Amino acid sequence: MAAETWLILGASSAIARAFAQEAASHGAALLLAGRDMPDLEALAADLRLRHGVAATPLAWDAAELAAQPGFAAACAERAPGVLNLFLAAGAMPDQAAAEADPRLAAAMWAVNVTGPAALLGAFAPILAARKAGRVVALGSVAGDRGRKRNHLYGASKAALATFLQGYAARLAGEGVEVLCVKAGPADTAMTWALPKLPFMAQPAAMARAIWRRAAKGGGEAYVPPIWWPVMTIIRLLPRRIFNRLDF
Amino acid sequence: MSVAVEPPKPGPAPRPELWKPLALQSWGRMAAAPCLAARPERLRELQAALAAPGGRALLPRGAGRSYGDACLNPGGAVVLTERLNRLLAFDPASGLLLAEPGVTFADLLRIFLPRGFLAPASPGTAFVTLGGAVAHDVHGKNQHLAGSIGEHIAWFDLLLADGSTSRVTPESDPALFRATIGGLGLTGILTAICLRLEPVPSNALLVRRQRVPDLDAFLAGFEANAAAPYAVGWIDALAQGAELGRGVLEVAGPSPEGLPDRPAKPRRLPFDLPGFALNRLSIAAFNELYWRRAPALAGEERVAYERFLYPLDAILDWNRLYGRGGFHQFQCVLPFREGEPALRRLLETIAAGGNASFLAVLKAMGREGVGMLSFARPGYSLALDIPARPGSAALFAALERITVEAGGRVYLAKDAWLSPQGFAAMYPEAPEFQAVRARVDPDGAFSSGLSRRLGLG
Ligand SMILES: Cc1cc2nc3c(=O)[nH]c(=O)nc-3n(C[C@H](O)[C@H](O)[C@H](O)COP(=O)(O)OP(=O)(O)OC[C@H]3O[C@@H](n4cnc5c(N)ncnc54)[C@H](O)[C@@H]3O)c2cc1C
Ligand SMILES: NC(=O)c1ccc[n+]([C@@H]2O[C@H](COP(=O)([O-])OP(=O)(O)OC[C@H]3O[C@@H](n4cnc5c(N)ncnc54)[C@H](OP(=O)(O)O)[C@@H]3O)[C@@H](O)[C@H]2O)c1
Repeated sequence: MAAETWLILGASSAIARAFAQEAASHGAALLLAGRDMPDLEALAADLRLRHGVAATPLAWDAAELAAQPGFAAACAERAPGVLNLFLAAGAMPDQAAAEADPRLAAAMWAVNVTGPAALLGAFAPILAARKAGRVVALGSVAGDRGRKRNHLYGASKAALATFLQGYAARLAGEGVEVLCVKAGPADTAMTWALPKLPFMAQPAAMARAIWRRAAKGGGEAYVPPIWWPVMTIIRLLPRRIFNRLDF
Repeated sequence: MSVAVEPPKPGPAPRPELWKPLALQSWGRMAAAPCLAARPERLRELQAALAAPGGRALLPRGAGRSYGDACLNPGGAVVLTERLNRLLAFDPASGLLLAEPGVTFADLLRIFLPRGFLAPASPGTAFVTLGGAVAHDVHGKNQHLAGSIGEHIAWFDLLLADGSTSRVTPESDPALFRATIGGLGLTGILTAICLRLEPVPSNALLVRRQRVPDLDAFLAGFEANAAAPYAVGWIDALAQGAELGRGVLEVAGPSPEGLPDRPAKPRRLPFDLPGFALNRLSIAAFNELYWRRAPALAGEERVAYERFLYPLDAILDWNRLYGRGGFHQFQCVLPFREGEPALRRLLETIAAGGNASFLAVLKAMGREGVGMLSFARPGYSLALDIPARPGSAALFAALERITVEAGGRVYLAKDAWLSPQGFAAMYPEAPEFQAVRARVDPDGAFSSGLSRRLGLG
């Protein structure tokens, strides 16, 4: 995967940052998209300095739906060669808070689903025309079965996963690989203040695992892999038992 | 594809919660101190963390490699800087590096040694962050010539209590510059540090190691090697009588020729050793072995910087050697003139108490630190570990007395025992330091376990 460009969407996220390091260490050029420009400038400087690769910050807001096609076109222009996408933008508001204020739920939905769907939709013809490229998106194990504590977020990640299934099918004949990462809890800003979560992964380890998995092609992948058996069991739990679980 | 239908107007983007309760330890495994902790991933979050919940006192924290309460803030709020670790700019012509405070010496070694640059001063472990290094004005085995890290800081950005960020150079605000170097995290939070790296010819040093029979021979050894870039002594702190101060002297300088790269895999101490494992006998045996292994006459060996600068990093979590009870470190520096008899008294006091200690480290320092509370000054520096025991308080009081009487000072990065009176006697510029704090932090937003213990508020 050398000498390609990776467009990192939501590049300020700790997982995205670690993935950008991974890509840069393999010689890839980087486009760093997000809303926190000073942070993206700092990350770009860091990647250039550590790995000697080209790194460019780009202002991007996932929730601005109308802007997505234009943004996709601008990225395509900047990266005329093989262009890969890593989608990390996402939000996980507290369930109770999002229930109390539906605007919060709507904001989450825009970042987690509708924005990315609009952007990926705009990228589909671009990638198809190039007959190359990878799309890697951070889904979540929370999307596998709706839990009491977190089903608004879970529903958005389930929607993303379902979207990606069809998106992958659409691009299957075009040489484009689409990977939906079913990520388990990672030690980032998103989870910092939450009570202790099981099998917590460090961002760097998660990024390395995703990089290796992405090199093998598309599909769905649990990262860390322990989440495959765990989620298989959780999905198969009879409803009567599942409903009594407090999580 | 274009989207025709807008969803319901979204509200402000949800931001994750910054704070959580955490029990933090220091490297000496001082009692876990409950506090609130934030771990900003970026400057925006760091700025938000300035407003600690409930008006709690704030303290920045790097890698927690300080032995005592310098990196603890019991009942307060702690801002962890480990995720602020971006390298921002580097100019090979001048060696100037601009970096965020969470960058560690291990990062510097990994990224810049292959390019022929090295940290100009380096503590004994590479896990230390740049922010922590500046806040204690740390020194290395080259202090006698290179000085401490503060001498190599060109400028820094400091996030102040009022939320503004100040770019501080020695010229722009000399008092704030000198208060922040060695400033114990009490003047503000360093957000970017401009440090001058030192060009080196290779990735290795030529090291001479030599057995030394006693203290006099040691001190003479330092004098004879005053021109060598690196010099450090390892003393068997249990040797007494005629053998008092016996040990191994290491002298080194850059090697024109390098070594092939071969990354060492660190080992981890998988469990706490039971407290009884470290007794006088086991430590004496270890120290004896270490002494015997060194050649009686100096021989020269090419050694990678990593192994020479950070010998203990090969065993991760070695502080667990001392068991759950933890341990203390004592480090002081004594002016050359009064130093020799005082060193003798310190070593005798420690050995007589039967306070088992692994090797003690002896160094000749040559330069005054630039900070108001910098530790370094010309003289002999002695550092040793002392396992926590019921008699520790009395022992440390005795060591403090000897140090004060000799006109020396105790290193605050290692300290958990110093009294406010002892501190005032050892650090005469403390009033100037407090004046700067009153100016940049009038409401006392920043504070630590150590600052409250020493009467700095
Ligand atoms: C094995 C070992 C060997 C050592 N050898 C040496 C040695 O040879 N020479 C030497 O000088 N020291 C030595 N030390 C001590 C160590 O270098 C210091 O304690 C250093 O300050 C630790 O840095 P840290 O990143 O762990 O910071 P912490 O211990 O977490 O914090 C230390 C201080 O730095 C402040 N601080 C941290 N980040 C910032 C920031 N961004 N802005 C403002 N203040 C900040 C904190 O408030 C605190 O006061 C050694 C320690 C160990 C464990
Ligand atoms: N941490 C976990 O346990 C975990 C588990 C499974 C899946 N995930 C997923 O992994 C991804 C990364 O999360 P993280 O854990 O690294 O948390 P994070 O640091 O909060 O990352 C979320 C990122 O999304 C960006 N973002 C939010 N709203 C945006 C918008 N409107 N437009 C553009 N970017 C926006 C944020 O950047 P700005 O605010 O700067 O724009 C931020 O960089 C998310 O999709 C998350 O759902 C995380």
